[in-house]
Amino acid sequence: MDLPTLWFLAIALLWTGYLVLEGFDFGVGMLLPTVGRDEAGRRTMINAIGPVWDGNEVWLITAIGAMFAAFPAWYAATLSGFYLPVLLIVVALVFRGVAFEYRGKIDSVVWRRRWDAAILGGSLVPAFGWGLVFANLLRGVEIGADGVVRSGLVDLLSPYALLGGLATTTLFVLHGALFLGLKTDGPVRHRARLAARTSAFAAVPVAGGFLAWTVRDQGSGAVAALLAVGLLLAAVAAAARRREGWAFAATAAAVVALAVVVFDGLHPALMRSTVSPAFDLTVANASSGPYTLGVLSVIGAVFLPLVIGYQAWSYWVFRKRVRVEAS
Amino acid sequence: MDALDLARWQFGITTIYHFLFVPLTIGLSVVVAALQTAWHRTGREEYLRATRFFGKLFLINFAMGVVTGIVQEFQFGMNWSTYSTFVGDVFGAPLALEALLAFFLESTFIGLWIFGWDKLPKRVHLATIWAAALGSNLSAYFILAANAWMRHPVGFAVDEATGRARLTDIGAVLTNPQAWSTYVHVLGASFVVAGLFVVAVSAYRLWRHRDADSTMFRTTLRAGLVTTVVAGAVVALSGDHQAKLMAQYEPMKLASAEALWRTEAPTGFSLFAVGDVEGSRNVVNVQVPYVLSFLATGSFTGEVEGIVDLQERFEEQFGPADYVPNVPVLYWAFRLMMGLGGAGIAVGVLGLWLTRRGRLPEQGWMYGVAVLALPAALAANIAGWVLTEIGRQPWTVVGELMTAASVSPGVSLGEVAFSLSVFTLLYGALAVVEARLLWRYVQAGPAHVTPTVAPGAAVPAFTY
Repeated sequence: MDLPTLWFLAIALLWTGYLVLEGFDFGVGMLLPTVGRDEAGRRTMINAIGPVWDGNEVWLITAIGAMFAAFPAWYAATLSGFYLPVLLIVVALVFRGVAFEYRGKIDSVVWRRRWDAAILGGSLVPAFGWGLVFANLLRGVEIGADGVVRSGLVDLLSPYALLGGLATTTLFVLHGALFLGLKTDGPVRHRARLAARTSAFAAVPVAGGFLAWTVRDQGSGAVAALLAVGLLLAAVAAAARRREGWAFAATAAAVVALAVVVFDGLHPALMRSTVSPAFDLTVANASSGPYTLGVLSVIGAVFLPLVIGYQAWSYWVFRKRVRVEAS
Repeated sequence: MDALDLARWQFGITTIYHFLFVPLTIGLSVVVAALQTAWHRTGREEYLRATRFFGKLFLINFAMGVVTGIVQEFQFGMNWSTYSTFVGDVFGAPLALEALLAFFLESTFIGLWIFGWDKLPKRVHLATIWAAALGSNLSAYFILAANAWMRHPVGFAVDEATGRARLTDIGAVLTNPQAWSTYVHVLGASFVVAGLFVVAVSAYRLWRHRDADSTMFRTTLRAGLVTTVVAGAVVALSGDHQAKLMAQYEPMKLASAEALWRTEAPTGFSLFAVGDVEGSRNVVNVQVPYVLSFLATGSFTGEVEGIVDLQERFEEQFGPADYVPNVPVLYWAFRLMMGLGGAGIAVGVLGLWLTRRGRLPEQGWMYGVAVLALPAALAANIAGWVLTEIGRQPWTVVGELMTAASVSPGVSLGEVAFSLSVFTLLYGALAVVEARLLWRYVQAGPAHVTPTVAPGAAVPAFTY
């Protein structure tokens, strides 16, 4: 395997890690008003993801940083080409990060309501936005001979892209509900179970539809797509039998399978041109030089296992269920 | 007005705003870790209370540092796609190092620290705040190495086929003299800010709330003063080194910061100048003779190049263009940086003298001065970045890529205007929120931020 391909896989791995990990904390954020019905409930939910959401988000920072380093043209074309969606995602992430830290700092109902709204919006917008962005990468955008993306916002809102956004959103809601079922106790756990059941009715058909459309367009990824749907059904079945750990593991694996379909569909292109395949950004023509990729490989090989090690440890430290008594 | 101007404004606003929080994060992480270490060593409750008190203030600030940093990472690609494509091969490696070595460490261990008070053994918990502090301090190195490369590009070659920079020597990029010298300078400045933050908060509490916590705040006041003075010495020494590097690698920046129009040897350091930029001359210029020569070259009679002569030299080298950055802005940014920074450090020295051997100043205005030293230090930091970044103009990568050629060609004026408005409004609102929160917690004092946990309660002590 050549170095650019290796780095395409590394970036796919970082994105997958991000979607699996932050996927559940986005889901928790989106469920905040419905599952966390009272203040004790919402605090339970936020404390369940409190120790880890920031570390989860760094997977995004690293994925974007790795795109910048390994495929500068891809990084530049994606962020400038999807300017407005990316802007909304970034603003949402700003609100969300501040909200977690600030909501508990003043004891006032109005104050907490505002930050709860920020957590809801801050989770919903990126969950939808990343689905939209990846669907557009698969579908292609208007790239001319100069390599500049000319698609406007309206072009990015095709039915396929919107379905992609809905797929990630519903999937993350389900993933988050199962996480809460696994990590909390008391009324929140009960309501999370109900939410998992309800959201599965949306997530399975929507994600399944998006996967089917993608497989049809790309002519590949059928096995992974079937696996993803199978895993989602398995998650629902496990949740119904109160096997919460298995249910959560199954949605995590389903997100991995979805990522496989997406990145397999993209390869060997990184960003398709709807003008002509000659203007595609590809793994071959958008990559950094072999020296840089070699340096990055050494850095990644040394430090990524270390990062995974201590992140896993932090999940282990907070393995107990979270429960907050109503005060 | 075109997209380029707005993209520059956006970069300036978001970077300056980000850098209000970063130095505090860098310095306060270590201060909080040191306070917790003191508690660990002595077992004295006042250190625990101080750790929690300053820990809360640190976290309020930390959140803003993190979220404004995300904006920076995305902004390069959004507004400066040509630049990103040109430099990614080189610039990306330090950024990847920053994420893998520093950001993961910082964010994971901050989570462990906040939520781990009653879940981790005491020593392990202490180690988590040190790991987070290490992450903060490491991240600064990598981002400054990337920034230094723009000012003094090394370890690369431009690919003839693609026209893009190609990394040839990562060691050269990471040991760039501009990188480590800037790192020492910025780290010193960050600890001055953090030191003066602790000084300002402690002084305020001693001044307005003389109560049971007076002993504790006297201790933190002294700790803050010592931090300020030691870091201040580092800032002064590294600043001198920075001036010499500037003379060597960025002579136009130095000449503009001094309003030195013609090459001179020896030349004096300007204290106050009123210039005629169009006419390339100063109307009024009060100078201390020989000093600039010494600062720039280490010799009292050394030659320092002037703006007009440099413009001619650069035109020969790079072709016709305007190579002169905004002279009045640089001239005053340089003076503000040195003046306000120096004033902050002077407050540190004076404070140490006034609080020697158990003393505390009686006069209220002295505490007022101690509180004002904090905004002065923050302003000095900002002036330093204005000098660094505006002084690099008209280049994004000196000698390689002009700012005008770096912007995203596919992004419209409307899009940049929209995002500039969004960020300006958002940042304005968040500044009010953060200031309000900090003020509230300083007012409330340490007693209120040490929650009492009922035995056996499942509520973690220090959560959101």
